[in-house]
Amino acid sequence: MAASRRQFLARSAQGAAGAACAGLAWFSLLRQEAHAAPFALRPPGARPAGDFEALCVKCGQCVRACPYPTLKLAPAAAGIPLGTPYFVPREEPCHLCEDIPCAKACPTGALDKALDRVDRARMGLAVVDAENCLSWQGLRCEVCYRVCPVKGRAITVDPHPRGISKHAVFVPVVHAQDCTGCGLCEKACPTQVAAIRVVDPRLVQGRIGEHFRRPATTRDAGLAEASPESAPAAPTAAPMKPSAAPSSLPGPQAPTGKAVDYLNAPVEGL
Amino acid sequence: MNAVSPRAVRHFEPPTTLSGWLVARRFQLARRITQAGVLLLFAGTAAWGWKLAGAPLLAGNLSAATLAGSVPLVDPFAVLQMLAAGRVPESTALGGALLVLAAYLVAGGRAFCAWACPMNLVTDAAHAMRQRVGGRDLVHLSPSMRYWALGLALVLSALTGLAAFEWVSPIAMLHRELLFGAGLGLTAAAAIFLLDAFVAKRAWCGHLCPLGAFWSVAGRAGLTKVAFSDAACTRCGDCVRACPEPRVLDFKNCAARGFVAAGECTNCGECIAVCPEKALRFDLLARAPRPDPFRRKEKPHETHPARSSSPRSPRSPSRRSPRRFPTRSSA
Repeated sequence: MAASRRQFLARSAQGAAGAACAGLAWFSLLRQEAHAAPFALRPPGARPAGDFEALCVKCGQCVRACPYPTLKLAPAAAGIPLGTPYFVPREEPCHLCEDIPCAKACPTGALDKALDRVDRARMGLAVVDAENCLSWQGLRCEVCYRVCPVKGRAITVDPHPRGISKHAVFVPVVHAQDCTGCGLCEKACPTQVAAIRVVDPRLVQGRIGEHFRRPATTRDAGLAEASPESAPAAPTAAPMKPSAAPSSLPGPQAPTGKAVDYLNAPVEGL
Repeated sequence: MNAVSPRAVRHFEPPTTLSGWLVARRFQLARRITQAGVLLLFAGTAAWGWKLAGAPLLAGNLSAATLAGSVPLVDPFAVLQMLAAGRVPESTALGGALLVLAAYLVAGGRAFCAWACPMNLVTDAAHAMRQRVGGRDLVHLSPSMRYWALGLALVLSALTGLAAFEWVSPIAMLHRELLFGAGLGLTAAAAIFLLDAFVAKRAWCGHLCPLGAFWSVAGRAGLTKVAFSDAACTRCGDCVRACPEPRVLDFKNCAARGFVAAGECTNCGECIAVCPEKALRFDLLARAPRPDPFRRKEKPHETHPARSSSPRSPRSPSRRSPRRFPTRSSA
């Protein structure tokens, strides 16, 4: 009995060691694979990275529900976790279907069905390569501005001084607040390689942080209501606040910003 | 064993006629039709837009699907891994997983492996090749390895926050590649074919696959089982040779329980097809409580008319002792 028990324990230990061996290889493979391309563009409503990878079962029902050839399941060696849905805007952008069929088709909730309006999707963020953007070269291209489905909000055309000339160039400016990352701009960009690209916001977007206080601007005044979550903490939590500022102001995005920045106001009216 | 029984041991005779061949292969043919049918339902929906009541007939794949636009079907093992990873999927997935679990509990757990899984086509082909070519196992694998793999899948899901097996599953890869035309599925299938054909017999399905292990565990509660008639059996062993999971045909256990109890049985029916004595058959409610099988044998006409016609071999008194839970000698 003792011998068979010893045998049993020895075999169990062997099994555990073998499993640990295979488990370590499997574990490293998983970590490698999961972090292969954390910046792939996902369908609208995709949960934040981490949750999405955990919940997606790679069933492709979002791909089947997509009425455009936009969504694809990642093939091997694409640098994107195998079998997960993604899209390449320059090939086929997301057309922002109002009924969001892809998110509705997801059985596990990797795509959030609660996404009620597709313009609230945040698939990525468009960024402009000023050195290759036609508008920045002084041409009145503005194609990205015209195809943008969140027109006038996600992309605006703003005047920009052109060297020391008194003339200005009119350049596309992306506002992360409203950009869905659909990629219609990237698809439409007429340069040989798109000068406006949709990327994961984490690649390009900074964060000022709570410890700085931005000077107020006209744009902040307009956006103050739209982004309550971006407002800094309560005044009591800001000891570095200049003593000159009235303590009743909740932060730099208070409506009074308009008055502070009145000198810039005519720019908007050009 | 043969010395105990006075009956001559007959063996399964390979059929010589077409009809005999069809009878001998009836379960294999049925499995191929089901396996192809499952693939065809998915592929038809994906490629040719098959519809049922205006909705896509069967969208998705074996990991998760939607039947007729409304009935969710989700791999319960995938959901289990998500839960292990600390994520609770939507109620759609939970309901779909319960539905699939219930269906396979009726069909008998690993019925998935033999009747639906696309990898079974690959491993059966590899096994057929192995039988032609011959050769010994290059490595020894224990059929219990799969339970380690199952445990690992859950532990690694918890550690990495990912559904660990879903990320590396060659089954999902194969099914995805067949349906979506992209992935490593055919590569994975080729690797498993080589493994099964030349490295070790039934290596993947019979030893390593954690999904098979999951269905083995679930299958212990399965309803459809292979019923076993100890009275008719001559212990010729043809069933064991035909069985892809030979250790489930432990005669002592089967005789005591009256059915193949082990969850690892895939309900493929190969044993039934080759049994020359018709001692095996599918039974939907084999698990239902019944009179003591050894008592029943004394009055066969009461509960089991089919057995009254088959001659019963005399048994030594020790074999008649009612051992309801015998030790599994080969387990």
